[in-house]
Amino acid sequence: MKDWRFTLAEQRGTLTALAIFIAMFTLYVANHPAGFTANVVQTVANKGVLLALVAMAQTLVVLTSGIDLSVGMIFILSNCVASYLVAGSAMATTFGVVAVIAIGALCGAINAVIVIFGRLQPIVTTIATGAVYFGIALWIRPFPGASDNFNSDFADALTGKLFDVVPTSVVALIGVVVVIWLPFQRSVLGRTAYAVGSSELAAYMSGMPIRRAKFVAYVLGGVLAAMGGLFLTFFTYSGEASVANGNTYTLYSIAAVVLGGVSLFGGRGSAVGAIFGALAFRAIGDLLFVFDVDPLWQPLFQGVVLLLAVSIGSARLFQVRNRLELFT
Amino acid sequence: MESQVPLLRMEGISKRYGGVRALEKADLEVRTGRVHAILGENGAGKSTLIKIMSGVVAPDEGRMLLDGHQVNFQNPAAANAAGIVCIFQELSLIPDLSVADNIIVSNPPGRFGLIDRKAQRRLAEAALARAGGEDIHPMALVRDLPLSRRQIIEIARALSRSPRVLILDEATSALAAADVKRVFDVLKRLRAEGIALLYISHRMHEIAELADDCSVFRNGRRIATYQAGSKTDNEVVEMMIGREYSHVFPAKPTAPAAVATPVLEVRRLSWAPRLNDISFSVRAGEVVGLGGLDGQGQRELLLALFGVLRGIGGEILIDGRPVSIASPRAAKATGIGMALIPEDRKTEGLMLQMSVRDNLSFATLSELARGGIIDRDAERDAIDEMIRLLAIRTDGVSVPATSLSGGNQQKLVIAKWLMRKPRIILLNDPTRGIDVGTKQEIYQLLRTLADSGAAIVLYSTDYDELIGCCDRVLVLYDGTIRRTLSGADITERALISSALNIEMAGGEPERHAPERA
Repeated sequence: MKDWRFTLAEQRGTLTALAIFIAMFTLYVANHPAGFTANVVQTVANKGVLLALVAMAQTLVVLTSGIDLSVGMIFILSNCVASYLVAGSAMATTFGVVAVIAIGALCGAINAVIVIFGRLQPIVTTIATGAVYFGIALWIRPFPGASDNFNSDFADALTGKLFDVVPTSVVALIGVVVVIWLPFQRSVLGRTAYAVGSSELAAYMSGMPIRRAKFVAYVLGGVLAAMGGLFLTFFTYSGEASVANGNTYTLYSIAAVVLGGVSLFGGRGSAVGAIFGALAFRAIGDLLFVFDVDPLWQPLFQGVVLLLAVSIGSARLFQVRNRLELFT
Repeated sequence: MESQVPLLRMEGISKRYGGVRALEKADLEVRTGRVHAILGENGAGKSTLIKIMSGVVAPDEGRMLLDGHQVNFQNPAAANAAGIVCIFQELSLIPDLSVADNIIVSNPPGRFGLIDRKAQRRLAEAALARAGGEDIHPMALVRDLPLSRRQIIEIARALSRSPRVLILDEATSALAAADVKRVFDVLKRLRAEGIALLYISHRMHEIAELADDCSVFRNGRRIATYQAGSKTDNEVVEMMIGREYSHVFPAKPTAPAAVATPVLEVRRLSWAPRLNDISFSVRAGEVVGLGGLDGQGQRELLLALFGVLRGIGGEILIDGRPVSIASPRAAKATGIGMALIPEDRKTEGLMLQMSVRDNLSFATLSELARGGIIDRDAERDAIDEMIRLLAIRTDGVSVPATSLSGGNQQKLVIAKWLMRKPRIILLNDPTRGIDVGTKQEIYQLLRTLADSGAAIVLYSTDYDELIGCCDRVLVLYDGTIRRTLSGADITERALISSALNIEMAGGEPERHAPERA
């Protein structure tokens, strides 16, 4: 076989998600009253980037065959912190951005330490820590609002358009992929994260740095969720400790990851796929908007599309020859 | 070319798993530039020995010296770093990573902290070439490759770690003859380069071709070490046997049951590539054993009969009528009446957290229910009867199954199936890891069941058990029935030689017949 075939097979999940997204997006702009304009793209991008960042965060943890139910709450906590700290001079704003990301990293590190050294299941750990993170968010921001000297110019710059065409948020997202995801994927730790998700026993027997890889996966997950929280602040100019919003993002991040071809059993998939999964999932919701369907139908349609996408992925089970393998 | 100090030396190594003694004051010396073969039957302690050597498990006592210095490996990575690399049987490849990723797994070439994929690919191709796997594409995913290719990748990976001691545990078991030859050429070159090789195999002719030294293990001890070629196959088998009998077996019926139609008949059963053209029959009242080395298809055969495997070729006949058994549920149905006592009672046999009562009645619920509601009185009566019959020692039927001893848990699994009064009973190594007293009770029970008309197929890794319990033994090798032994022909010597797929010459060995009750 030629090399490109292997590359294609490796990227199949990502490409499927890309295809779904393109289909949904084309349908969307074709029926949008304003058509394919920079403003429409900007709106789609800004909404999509939030979920894309949280879905990337989820991907890192899911690759190690864990799951992070606290991503939405890290996202909310970062939003609340950012509403105080993204303020004042350029210097102060920079410090604020760095501080918010550091808090995200800290949240991820706490998850990692409990999962790795406490040997608790990721699902239980992150439900608990997520509740704690939300509690802190509510404590520092009991009512929605923002700092008096919130740096809205900076926020506008990151949610606007470059050269009046390209949405800045998309450029920022690509930057995050280049600076965080690609190096991670090509590092020893990133490969170990895949290996842990694929077969932790084999990874151990191969002498791979299992603990460090898991740690880095959770920490980078926290960082990415915090970046999502920053963007939420840029869009809304405020922080709000909304439990509904946090839960929605957590659940949607899992949906986006699955739609993006990342295996929930771990070891397979890519954050780029998860990004397209997130954008596609958002586009499904927006579609109903342009067709003037009652918003009440939105979850139903998103659910149906998700089910269909997941069913395709599990068709391989029909080929299992030893039925005992169905249960392992 | 022997050096004075052995490269690796193990002294007084002991290891217990629970109450089972895997190694008892074992020792071994490994020298550079030699191929050292380790021989021994199932459970002789070979696997434990190499696991200790390669840092997978820690010994309870004893010490290991590398170059004359004492070493302690905390994990496989530490052993690898010291130059001890082990090729396990398909344990250590990561299915979702590519071949190249797997080969260069521990120390990939880097640039700015990132993996240099081009360099990695060159290294992987070089390693594959050294291991004789030029036909494997480095970008293929391991999960998509057949077992024989995976073994080559394992070897390539071990070579890429520049080992000083290379341990091969049944490394050729999944290989075709042509691949074996290529691997042997590689191993001979490595020996010439001064690497110490430890070779564990059940294939005697491979050992004859490759080994310089041989050590025989038995019951967790090293029995002997000799120069390859200095002993005959006969003598080697003698050394591997030599156990004392500690079990008491019930008497076998003198006259074999003379019923015309067998209860279970299998014709040309196959499940590629693990099972191949298997035909046999079992009559009511008969205990038929499955022998041979571990992993020659015995488990698959039982699973195939019980309807777990898909895509089976050949025919299965019950009472002379061809049937198709599509699932365990179909297998236990009234017309067939089959029961499988699984290998792993903890995962396949019992729901450990649930009560003794629930566990016992799971397989029988539909018989105990009337209109979908479980008849508690009938359930209690049936359970009481089973607990009495099997003498299960438990503090009542409400305690969780975990609170029972291993032997009593196993009795629970058997009782659960006996409640259905099965006509065909398949057992997958039912006495593994349980105490001698319970073993005897199980042997007695098997004979009682057979006498009352059940047809029994017993797979056991314990040769004594096959000799003591079975009317006939089918010895499997590589997924086919290599030999069928019956009556007085079932001897340990015959079992081992046919399990190793070698022909034995000469007379009967000097050994005691199993004691009978």
